[in-house]
Amino acid sequence: MSQYTRKGVNKDMAALDGKHFGLDKVLTIICFVILFIIVFVPVAMIFYVTFISDGKLDTHLFTEVIADKGNIGAMWNTIKVALGATLIGTVMGVFFAWLVGRSDIPTKGFMKVMFDIPYMFPPFFGAMAWDLMLNRRSGYINKWIVATFGIKRSPLNINSVWGIIFVECCYYFPFVYKQVVNAFERMDPTLEESARIAGASQGYVIRKITLPLVKPAISAGALLILTSSLAHFGVPGMLGFSAKIYTLPTKIYQLFYRTTGSFEGIREGSALSILLILVVVAALILQKYLLRAGSYDIIKGKATRPMLIKLRGAKVPLLILAYIILFIIVVMPLAMIILVGFLKAYGLPITLANMTLDNYKQVLFNNTMVADSIKNSIFLSISAGIICMFLGVMVAYVIVKVKPKGAIVLELLSLLPYAIPGIVMAIGVILTWSGRFKVNLYNTIWIILVAYLARYLSFSMKSASASLQQVHPSLEEAARSCGASHFGSLKDITIPLIKPAMVAGFFLIFLPAMRELTTSVLLYGPNSRTLGVAIFSLRNDGYITTASALAAIAILLIVILNSIVNAILKDRKKG
Amino acid sequence: MAGVRFENITCRYGNHVVLKNFSLEVKESEIMGIVGPSGCGKTTLMRALCGFMKPETGNIYLDNRLVYSASKRVNIAPELRGIGVVFQDYAVWPHLSVWDNVCYPLKRHKVPKAEMEKRAAHALEQVHMTGYEKHLPSQLSGGQQQRVAIARALVSSDELIVLDEPITNLDAKLREEMLAEIQRIQKDIGTTIIYITHDQAAALRLCDNIAVMAPDGHICQIGVDEDIIRRPADRFVFTFVGVSNFIPVICRSGKVFTENGEYPVDTALSDMQEGGRYDLGVRPMDIVFDEKSELKVTIKSVTFLGDQYDYFVDFNGQELRIECNALDALSHRVYEEGEKIGVKFLNVRYYPREEGTAS
Amino acid sequence: MDQVVLRNVRKDFTTKLLGTVTAVENFNLNVAEGECFSFLGPSGCGKTTTLRMIAGFEDLSDGEIELCGKPVSIKAKNLYVPPEKRDLGMVFQAFAVWPHMNIFDNVAFPLNVRKVPRAEMKERVEKALKHCSLDGMEKEYPGNLSGGQQQRIALARAIVTNPKVMLLDEPLSNLDPKLRESMRFEIKKLQKEFGFTIIFVTHDQSEAMAISERMLVMDMGRQVQIGTPTELYNKPNSRFVHKFLGQSTFTNCVIENGKAYAKGNLQQLLPVDPPKGCDHEMILATRPNQIDINKESGYESVVENRIFLTDYTEYQVKVGDTLVQVQTPHRVEFSVGEKCFLRFPNAMWYPMEDEAAEAERNRRQLV
Repeated sequence: MSQYTRKGVNKDMAALDGKHFGLDKVLTIICFVILFIIVFVPVAMIFYVTFISDGKLDTHLFTEVIADKGNIGAMWNTIKVALGATLIGTVMGVFFAWLVGRSDIPTKGFMKVMFDIPYMFPPFFGAMAWDLMLNRRSGYINKWIVATFGIKRSPLNINSVWGIIFVECCYYFPFVYKQVVNAFERMDPTLEESARIAGASQGYVIRKITLPLVKPAISAGALLILTSSLAHFGVPGMLGFSAKIYTLPTKIYQLFYRTTGSFEGIREGSALSILLILVVVAALILQKYLLRAGSYDIIKGKATRPMLIKLRGAKVPLLILAYIILFIIVVMPLAMIILVGFLKAYGLPITLANMTLDNYKQVLFNNTMVADSIKNSIFLSISAGIICMFLGVMVAYVIVKVKPKGAIVLELLSLLPYAIPGIVMAIGVILTWSGRFKVNLYNTIWIILVAYLARYLSFSMKSASASLQQVHPSLEEAARSCGASHFGSLKDITIPLIKPAMVAGFFLIFLPAMRELTTSVLLYGPNSRTLGVAIFSLRNDGYITTASALAAIAILLIVILNSIVNAILKDRKKG
Repeated sequence: MAGVRFENITCRYGNHVVLKNFSLEVKESEIMGIVGPSGCGKTTLMRALCGFMKPETGNIYLDNRLVYSASKRVNIAPELRGIGVVFQDYAVWPHLSVWDNVCYPLKRHKVPKAEMEKRAAHALEQVHMTGYEKHLPSQLSGGQQQRVAIARALVSSDELIVLDEPITNLDAKLREEMLAEIQRIQKDIGTTIIYITHDQAAALRLCDNIAVMAPDGHICQIGVDEDIIRRPADRFVFTFVGVSNFIPVICRSGKVFTENGEYPVDTALSDMQEGGRYDLGVRPMDIVFDEKSELKVTIKSVTFLGDQYDYFVDFNGQELRIECNALDALSHRVYEEGEKIGVKFLNVRYYPREEGTAS
Repeated sequence: MDQVVLRNVRKDFTTKLLGTVTAVENFNLNVAEGECFSFLGPSGCGKTTTLRMIAGFEDLSDGEIELCGKPVSIKAKNLYVPPEKRDLGMVFQAFAVWPHMNIFDNVAFPLNVRKVPRAEMKERVEKALKHCSLDGMEKEYPGNLSGGQQQRIALARAIVTNPKVMLLDEPLSNLDPKLRESMRFEIKKLQKEFGFTIIFVTHDQSEAMAISERMLVMDMGRQVQIGTPTELYNKPNSRFVHKFLGQSTFTNCVIENGKAYAKGNLQQLLPVDPPKGCDHEMILATRPNQIDINKESGYESVVENRIFLTDYTEYQVKVGDTLVQVQTPHRVEFSVGEKCFLRFPNAMWYPMEDEAAEAERNRRQLV
């Protein structure tokens, strides 16, 4: 299926029925209304609350928030963490991508699987695990260091800016890895071969040809890390509070809770949110600029196997290094969480004698809060997934095929949540849905659902629109000339063709929603905790072994769900 | 079996007028070729006929049934026009098997199951695709997908089938086979076929009648293959249907001379003006070597292409292309680079001088 | 002196799907200095693999390769010179110009690697660009250029080091037909100017015939025929070469007592003599434009179909069971149903082809 659109072609499809109020018009209006309510209003409310007080423009609050020393410190921390994570994560990502994509290192298949693991788990699990190991006073590894080397204090401390950077790196480097390995694998090998023929040695080709050519992929991945890290709550939320290290998202959270959800606290949070939005938008503009500066086509030509570089003597050391890194970032945290879940009390040495099944039993059978949170999370992610799947297809259809006046507005609205950090969206949702517009969902599960819809709609929209663009207009036209009505051609041709993308769109939402923390941490009420919130609050309240046990169960759940998803998606590909 | 009539069709995309007051009649049971360079509006014409776009003015009749009229506000929906279409990109539905693709139009038209199976099987047989019923389009080659698209068009209408550049993506050998097949099918059932293409050779092979469209969308000539080749209506048709040489000439005392040549190329035609400047158009095949001729060319390069020799020669400072049939070449010898030989021009045509385009 | 010499070269590939496949076997070749030599064959015939072995991108499974008198690959001695040390020029189908460098840097790259002094480098790059009609475009980036221009950059980059041997891997296949023809001339012109030896890989027979002094037709990893274009076109040694080098019609014939009859019409004798001592059933191969259709003498039949094309008229005439294609200039006129006579001055005879070869050919396309 080729992918070109003829101007003015798609509009005709709608007009052909000769009705004035056709199917397409109805869909367009519905899309506008829904996006306006669930996306535009919450974002607008943040600005409204910050800048308008008593019906008048008032920048007082905003300037005050910006001038606040603590807030400025939080802003610098945010930037420091984001830059650090981006830098180190990018180096790691490129290194592994080269190893897997271009060298003849053995066990590539296994390594690829290992790299998917950090992708599956929320970074705050890692933060929790590393806190168990490298907490300055009580971390198991730190205690071992103190005992072994006889020093007073361990030099390692996870509750620091560097600690936060380290943990974020572990979970964000796959962003770069995936982009770059893809570029390596699909790159036209004759680009490198022609440099060899020109007389360049292997190393020279890597420096002058290969790396410059994948630079766009590297910067795309790096900027993805940057924007994700800027908006990230989980890791600094887990590791920063005890050491009084704040980033903008954790500062908003702290403000909100210090004032126990009062309107003044929310207003201040809104003002701070705007600061965070500004930082993220700046990063996104940078991304647009950088990506435009260097995007070129490196994947044309016939598919030949790329030449793999023989590592020769470096093979074994590099293999060992790769496995050490994988062990540290993948195996250790997971093992730690599962083991601590078995401990009678946090702090006891990890020996069989101190093990018990009580924590797991308690979590699974005796704790209604925990059981509720699992139920809530499953309910929320399934319903958000299904609703977004259909909404996303509808919006994508209107944007790609109907192309009404104002399609660009529709597209911007649906993509806006990309630039809005989850915690900010939560503030906006609170402002919108707690009675101000005659609907009060505060403290119910519904407010979290509304927030999820706003956050995740863009995921399914993007997936559906990419797929719809592949559906060439002639496929629908062929159906019509075979005797199908407009609705018939949608039902028989278009929808079945994009079904795989719809299913993929569902899982794109279902999986992250299962482990979501950032948004729900501001929105949960007594009976609407999510899985993430339950782990977070158990741990913050000091029930560390219980929190670990629950996290271990969550890991199991995520692994199972992921395998099911992969099985389904693989099946689809075959069919 | 249905004829088609376009009356005064005007179409535009934005400010760009694609067709202006276009009229054309296609008779029942004929294969009408519509050829023209890309962008001349031939695909727009197809889309208007099928109902995928609304012309600004004009009427379209299908077998005397008015299916579109701007003034009378008639617009029959595409699904009710009963036209089989084969799209440029085949538009075979990738999620349906070959069988389901071909059955779809019949299902839509609520044909009883037994009859549906009979007709679908027959259509697949006609395009030599029996045995592929269970295959998905992704398991087929381009040529096979093409044939499925034709089978689908065959069952959706036995009145009129429109083919829009259907074979441009196939290699030369398969292309010839497909054309022969389309022709055979048409002879069997007598469907009217409109064949839209920019490939004049394909149209010449297939069509009973050919309409040549100029880049601005008007029809230059309608006629059978021999008309178009032997008596091209204007300079555009002449250049469009094959490789051509143009030599700037002057008419002097009843003879035609090249600008700086001393020997006449030809005797002037009766309607040529004394002292008038013209372009002489001649096909590479129609320049023949004749040792006795006073008109000399110098060979610049010669290329053997198997079935023919291609010469590039210098004629009074102008480069000409000469093609020499390999069988003819056997009767005399193959000339070599640098040789100076006489030539004759056959089947020449004269067109008013167009500065800058002569070459 | 021979610039490129291959002796008993063999290459095996092992894939999961098909097991071990011999992509090239028992390959022997001598290409003389300044010659333009083409490898021609369908996809999967081993022509690109052979070229890549000459370039040094593939190891040999057996045999040896010499370039300009120096051995570069000898399997028995485990000798292997890497591509960058072979001093070759090469142009690829997908152009392979580096999108992150401007035209000047692309062409200067081979000189940069060789540490040529700045002033000399500039001079040589400018000369190469001029020969490829790219002068004045030094600062532009390849991304904005047409396919033809990109391929000219690749050519300039290949000639800038003055290599003795130039390898061209389907360099014109990604260009449109008109451009293909003019690039053909440009390559020949460059060869005249710089005097390099060309090895040209293509699947397009007219391209190979137009450009090369000698050519090789390959099929399923084997050399089928080597010769000049005229030799190969007029005296193909097998049905495969006949079919590959242009339009052909194959008529099934029956031979009785040294006389040939078309299958389906044993009444009328064919006006061609079969080779002595051949099989009972043979194939008569004809080219459409090498059949003499006339009103006087030859094999009598009627015109079944007539197609009027720009350059010639095509007639389809039944000879026994087979519909034979005949192409003639417009001046030879017959109408459909009219009686006509055929003579076959350049016809060739081949034995019936076995099915196994065809199946093997299809299998190889998957590799």
